[in-house]
Amino acid sequence: MSERDIEAGPTRRPEVPPPHVATDAEVPTETIFRIRDLDFFYGSYRAIRDVHMDVAGNQITAMIGPSGCGKSTFIRCLNRMNDLIPGTRVDGSIDYHGQDLYGPDVDAIEVRRRIGMVFQKPNPFPKSIYDNVAFGPRVNGHKVASMDDLVEESLRKAALWDEVKDKIKKSAFSLSGGQQQRLCIARCIAVKPEVILMDEPCSALDPLATNRIEELMIELKRDYTIVIVTHNMQQAARVSDRTAFFTAEVSNEGRERTGVLVEFDRTEKIFTAPTDRRTEDYITGRFG
Amino acid sequence: MIVGFLSVCALLSVLVTVGILAVLLEEAVHFFAAVPIWDFLTGTTWAPGGGSGAAGDYGVLPLLSGSLMIAAGALLVGLPLGLATAIYLSEYARPRVRAVVKPTLEVLAGVPTVVVGFFALNFITPTLLRPLFGEDRVFIFNAAAGAVAVGLMVIPLIASISEDAMRAVPQSLREAAFGMGASKRVVSLRVVVPAALSGIAASVIVGLSRAVGETMAVTIAAGNTPRLTTDFFASIQTLTAYIAQTVSGEAAAGTVRYQSLFAVGITLFAITLTMNLVSIRLVRRFRQAYQ
Amino acid sequence: MTASTAGTPPAALRRGSSRSSLGLLLDAVYSGALFLGTFLGVMALGLLLWTIYDRGWDRLATDPGAFLTNFVSRFPARAGIKAALYGSLWLMGLTAAFSFPVGVGAAIYLEEFAPKNRLTNFVEANISNLAGVPSVVFGILGLGIFVRLMGMGPSLLAGGLTLAVMSLPVIIITCRESLRAVPDSIRLAAYALGATKWQAVRHHVLPAAMPGTLTGAILSLSRAVGETAPLLVIGAAVAIFKTPDDVSDPFSALPVLIFNWTGRPQPAFAEAAAAASIVLLAMLLAMNAVAIFLRNRYTTRW
Repeated sequence: MSERDIEAGPTRRPEVPPPHVATDAEVPTETIFRIRDLDFFYGSYRAIRDVHMDVAGNQITAMIGPSGCGKSTFIRCLNRMNDLIPGTRVDGSIDYHGQDLYGPDVDAIEVRRRIGMVFQKPNPFPKSIYDNVAFGPRVNGHKVASMDDLVEESLRKAALWDEVKDKIKKSAFSLSGGQQQRLCIARCIAVKPEVILMDEPCSALDPLATNRIEELMIELKRDYTIVIVTHNMQQAARVSDRTAFFTAEVSNEGRERTGVLVEFDRTEKIFTAPTDRRTEDYITGRFG
Repeated sequence: MIVGFLSVCALLSVLVTVGILAVLLEEAVHFFAAVPIWDFLTGTTWAPGGGSGAAGDYGVLPLLSGSLMIAAGALLVGLPLGLATAIYLSEYARPRVRAVVKPTLEVLAGVPTVVVGFFALNFITPTLLRPLFGEDRVFIFNAAAGAVAVGLMVIPLIASISEDAMRAVPQSLREAAFGMGASKRVVSLRVVVPAALSGIAASVIVGLSRAVGETMAVTIAAGNTPRLTTDFFASIQTLTAYIAQTVSGEAAAGTVRYQSLFAVGITLFAITLTMNLVSIRLVRRFRQAYQ
Repeated sequence: MTASTAGTPPAALRRGSSRSSLGLLLDAVYSGALFLGTFLGVMALGLLLWTIYDRGWDRLATDPGAFLTNFVSRFPARAGIKAALYGSLWLMGLTAAFSFPVGVGAAIYLEEFAPKNRLTNFVEANISNLAGVPSVVFGILGLGIFVRLMGMGPSLLAGGLTLAVMSLPVIIITCRESLRAVPDSIRLAAYALGATKWQAVRHHVLPAAMPGTLTGAILSLSRAVGETAPLLVIGAAVAIFKTPDDVSDPFSALPVLIFNWTGRPQPAFAEAAAAASIVLLAMLLAMNAVAIFLRNRYTTRW
């Protein structure tokens, strides 16, 4: 149990209070993800530890925190994206509708078909706009009555249809960065997921494009559950219903950084009356 | 002064090309004075005469078809295996497997061609082809053995160039597809391979060029019988094998037979040069796409 | 429209819940085929080495001293590889002596000094092309220029020069790659101390790039030593009954000898060819080992 040895070291900081995590009773809608005691390891190095969180349906849940706090690693546990990195391991449990995501008979590919992802940098395929959106349904073997309709519907939901309807066969690279990111959202929607994970989706975009994506997220939460990682606190405050604040514990003389969940609550509460001093320091900009 | 010396070194490489062209052209001009270029390019019989003068037939098509048979057969073996290796190494293999397979392929690439020829004559033909296709059908010297041998030499080339191209495909594209629930097969075939296509195409052309230029394995295993045929189990002769055979036979300088060596050489040079130019173009285009 | 969040059935995440069984089968077949394809390439090398060993080891091991120190003979039992072994070693030295300085010089010029103009572009394109020219064509070049025009005849010198010219493009390309890997900060640091461009290259950049360059040079040298076709074309002999005294002597070489023996009808000569192949492969393997050692021992990570 070498990972316990690491924990026994200077990782523990007894002077700080345990994370304040809102309990199930405060979750207004159905719980989609029920995360308990989640640890994540790259080899023997622990990147995040003891995450405890419930993600509610049809809400936007935001992860904020300084860089290197493990929030991106965390969100990639939710659709088993981290499985693709050899030598990684998950401890603890993530239940998705009551079913263990990392259970023995669970297929990571099936997981990702239900839990879609939008990435930090827009990453359209070097294909036409149409083919980008149609890619998922095609390769996943979905029986689609009319691919044209599905592409249009997905692009409409991503608020991109009006801008691209006349050049649907043009290369996706002909779009602006913000349009490319909305195309990636449309591409994700076309697979008909239930959850959309967004890993800093606006970090490569200008403020106007960011604004469009934020509006879109608020529209999308009617149909989807959204989990977003952002290092832009204002963004979390603007769009999310609930916010989780992560920070990095530095141990082993600065050589190891382990992400911990400090506080998880309604966004309003996090930004107006945080319980933990570390959260307050971060949102008021006093973070060292 | 020193820079001057260094630049001379660089210019020497140009001189090499000039030298190759000059040597080839000088004798080839004499050859084409004796044998009309049209007869050379369209003639279907290659039967060089022994003495001086144009005694004999110098139609290059049998040699050309021999080279093309070897190249096509080598590609039939080398492309699937090389591409499978490239995809496996780039998308599937764990680092530890990679660390074993890559050096092994480098060793395979480094085996002298004459040794591969020995292998073709003493293993591929008697132990592989003859039991499989019949003693009577497979001649001791046959195009298939040469093609398989050259195919083995082409595997490391295709594998390493294609793998480089695949590894250069941005990880973000793979993540996009994995994030939609695509399997590894779908990601590699529908995302990685299309994105790396020009690099893969370049590897195929480099492989073809290598197969056309390969000399020893085909001289040893594929025979020295210039003929127009589609029978892979018959003895044939390639452009390169003709050159190797003729110089071993010491054709006297000044004879048409001696000059024919240079005409064949220039044909070979032109074919491989064209392929190299195309592959360099493809690689450059690929680099630009992702930089 | 909250239908999508209505509970997912417990089986939904199981393997095959939305993936067709055909798709699952294809996944398995595909990854199996990839592994098999990779394995076949590796196995081919194994078979090749085993065949050579199987055919040649007895011949070599019975009396290795005689095999290494006898000259060729009409009688396969008495034939040895002395002249060819000496010839190959001479060729290795000559090729290295010619190709290495010129190759490194050209690489330094192109990487550090050459102006960005059309001539440089042309030289670079020319080198890439030369790297793809078949070795037998370099043989024709050697025959025309060194053997006949310069009157060297089929001598060691002509052989060494031919192989050197053939190796040049690869040496230039690998040397340029190692020079490019040296970070600019090294150059700037030297300039800041008042070094001229040449001094910076000579004392800082070149030593840093040396391991990579040497590795590339040795690997291309090992390819040259294993080459047969160019030597055949310039007229390397088999029936040589003395070791060379100087570079103007006619010569034999291991690959040429292996070719000659492979082509003879007597099975005993095939065994001798396999035995000679073992010696050649051992030589090349030793060179490769040196190259890998240099690469691992001296490679600097920036």
